[in-house]
Amino acid sequence: MRKPFLWLFVLAAWLSLPVAAFASENVTAFQLENGMDVVVIEDDRAPVVTHMVWYRVGAADEPAGQSGIAHFLEHLMFKGTETLAPGEFSSVVARNGGSDNAFTSQDYTAYFQRIAADRLDLVMGMEADRMSNLRLAEADVRTERDVILEERNQRVENSPSALFREQKSATQYLNHPYGIPIIGWQHEIRELDREAALSFYETHYAPNNAILVVAGDVTPDTVRALAEKHYGVIEANPDLPPRTRPQEPPQLAERRLMLRDGRVSQPYVNRAYLAPERDSGAQQEAAALHLLAQVLGGGQTSVLNERLQIEQKIAVQTGAWYSGTSLDQTTIEFVVVPAAGVTLAEAEDALDEVLTEFVETGPDPEQLDRLKMQLRAEEIYDRDDASGLARRYGAALTSGLTVEDVQAWPDLLQDVTAEEIVAAAKRVLDHQSSVTGQLLAPEVTQ
Amino acid sequence: MKHLLFLSLALMLAAAPLHAEIEIDEVTTPGGLDAWLVEDHSIPFVALEIRFRGGASLDSSDARGATNLMVGLLEEGADDMTAQDFARARDTLAAKFSYDVSDDTVSISAQMLTENRDEAAALLRASLVAPRFDDDAIERVRGQVLSGLRSAQTDPRDLVSRAFDRLIFGDHPYGSPLEGTMDSVEGLTREDIAAAHRAALTREHVHISAVGDITAEELGPLLDDLLGDLPQEGAQLPARADLNLPGGVLMEPFETPQSIAAFAQAGVERDDPDFFAAYVLNHILGGGGFESRLVTEVRVKRGLTYGVYSYLSDKDAAQLWVGSVSSANDRVAEAIRVIRDEWARIRDDGVTEEELRDAKTYLTGAYPLQFEGNSQIARIAVGMQMDGLPVDYIANRNDMVEAVTLEQINRVAQDRVDPETLTFVVVGQPEGLDGSIN
Repeated sequence: MRKPFLWLFVLAAWLSLPVAAFASENVTAFQLENGMDVVVIEDDRAPVVTHMVWYRVGAADEPAGQSGIAHFLEHLMFKGTETLAPGEFSSVVARNGGSDNAFTSQDYTAYFQRIAADRLDLVMGMEADRMSNLRLAEADVRTERDVILEERNQRVENSPSALFREQKSATQYLNHPYGIPIIGWQHEIRELDREAALSFYETHYAPNNAILVVAGDVTPDTVRALAEKHYGVIEANPDLPPRTRPQEPPQLAERRLMLRDGRVSQPYVNRAYLAPERDSGAQQEAAALHLLAQVLGGGQTSVLNERLQIEQKIAVQTGAWYSGTSLDQTTIEFVVVPAAGVTLAEAEDALDEVLTEFVETGPDPEQLDRLKMQLRAEEIYDRDDASGLARRYGAALTSGLTVEDVQAWPDLLQDVTAEEIVAAAKRVLDHQSSVTGQLLAPEVTQ
Repeated sequence: MKHLLFLSLALMLAAAPLHAEIEIDEVTTPGGLDAWLVEDHSIPFVALEIRFRGGASLDSSDARGATNLMVGLLEEGADDMTAQDFARARDTLAAKFSYDVSDDTVSISAQMLTENRDEAAALLRASLVAPRFDDDAIERVRGQVLSGLRSAQTDPRDLVSRAFDRLIFGDHPYGSPLEGTMDSVEGLTREDIAAAHRAALTREHVHISAVGDITAEELGPLLDDLLGDLPQEGAQLPARADLNLPGGVLMEPFETPQSIAAFAQAGVERDDPDFFAAYVLNHILGGGGFESRLVTEVRVKRGLTYGVYSYLSDKDAAQLWVGSVSSANDRVAEAIRVIRDEWARIRDDGVTEEELRDAKTYLTGAYPLQFEGNSQIARIAVGMQMDGLPVDYIANRNDMVEAVTLEQINRVAQDRVDPETLTFVVVGQPEGLDGSIN
């Protein structure tokens, strides 16, 4: 059966990735002399390689009034260099049987190619080229701006759930730029231009602000030699700006929002609390929150599913999410999609009841054991997907974490106790620092 | 993302194509089930893919949605286990099971750790052979299906695919949503669900692949235990669909800023001698990542869309050449005009030698890259069985792509590309576009 709703919320963490445990074997990390970090993940089962360059810059690093410029630049990075014509990067990759793409989040911008392992030299050469030699024609910039406006139409304007998420994030963050959408506000996208893109590029794209992740049928020695050849010759940018964003003040008032849209047929309620993120060397609280979200809303045996769907039968779908891999303060979120005939107020009351009770009783020890068993198993299953591991390292290293932090995470999850989960819940699930949103259809007027 | 997510397939060197080296063993179990096995003992788990041909199209006409609801209930209680007992047992073993349904298949994907594989397989067996269909589980999953159907009523993507299917496939099962309608799902009984189970999960229609840490000697008994007690025969597979492709535009007015268009003409059968030529032709027209004519003309040159693509759709009972584009309401008419022009241009002028060479280089180079990871290989292997392909297809497929000549591909463009019957369905408030189909 098609489970109808999960994707709505999965998309909320647009282009950011779930955290989970994984094996640290076969992973090698080092740094080039110009400050570029390198991570190599070996997997020789297929003669394939995933080559990624991650920049420590995302939408939350944009100048005020230029929302969407990080993502716009990501598109424009395919529009040519001194030696490559517009579109040639992708066509060379394609002619070599590879595929390429890129993605932008609040905290990072990443470019990748998946290609036969013996073509690593080729794609690395082209990726290094566009790190410092981007050339943009005015006409290409204008046409591509129309493309990203259509991308916004497709992802956001055509989707009430996406509009709701934007409004919800804007409500969540009073001061931090996480309140501004990654793709940008429509009126600001319209004003983005070539100069803004090049300025952002020159400020942030440099080897000492980048991480190279290579996963697949390679050895660290080969990657090191190729990386020194292509990236090692690029000069570091000594004027790289520090990554400091305006931070949130203490939240003193509960916030609520309601979006009505004619395209909504199935309403739902979303609850979010500001929560600490994973910090380098200090991930214990985040580990507890990760398990808290799993215990409460992570699948069929979660507390919310058992209480609201199976026992009380007032919800058709429930869920909980915590996105710990984040440079700045993140959120833990819950959603309840009410059953037919149940109001959003009733759904919200039921959610509150479960949360209140959970803080009193704590997790069921057997459920916690099952979750930890599943987390251990993920370390085995994850080895099947070297590209997925590459994304996990890239996301972590652009979010203020180190390779050691990534490798410590599975054990930290195993060490979390029931008491720590309850303590984290008590600290974070505070009504005063919550945002509650409702998405629903317009009121019927007589 | 620069490219659409679902397009993620996405001068200096002429690539020498890799050859995929995947060793598939064809295994027949003691109980007589056929399966494909790829042994790889480097990671201690096995990925199992099971497909039953038939899928939601086996629904009887008065119980539309029964197969979908049945599949949703397989993990909601089996043998002496309630839904929660089952879920807890699965989580305790850290096994992963997923159950899905499409027009043509019921699909089961499983990942099982070597350390508890027998217990995990026994649990999976219970869900396939002895699902309970408890009343409270039926009502719970029915509620989820109805909720999804309610959402679909005002979702432009769902609206376009539903209008498209209704227009082209009419009364054939493909013509209606596999989830059923609000009314039909409300009316489904436990008997309908049990009947759908008997009809869809049968030995005669099953295909199996296993990839990972398991030997042929271990796989045989495991599969016999898992599937041996299913009935041999089930429902008759649906008849071929008659395609209604009148050309022109069907409009479905809906208040939203960006119009979504789906389009189609007749497709090409998988075993047609022209299939590979058509496949390469489509790659040049609207397939792949960033290089196709449609992307170049509609997106790169004119900025009319974020995503435009076409592909050869090969369903069991119908072959279509389909595509999609999304553009703001005031620009979609131009996007459709450009697509129509490209459709006519490739028929009339064919493709160039260079386009053919680049397409072959991409397609032959990309093919071996797909075989990454046990789960992925298992999905490909079972898909090949569903398409009736032999195991040596993996070794020979690139040669079949290479064998396409410029003369053949341009003849196929002349014969098969048909702008007159290219039919558009548009959901939105498009400006300057007239609906010619009522």
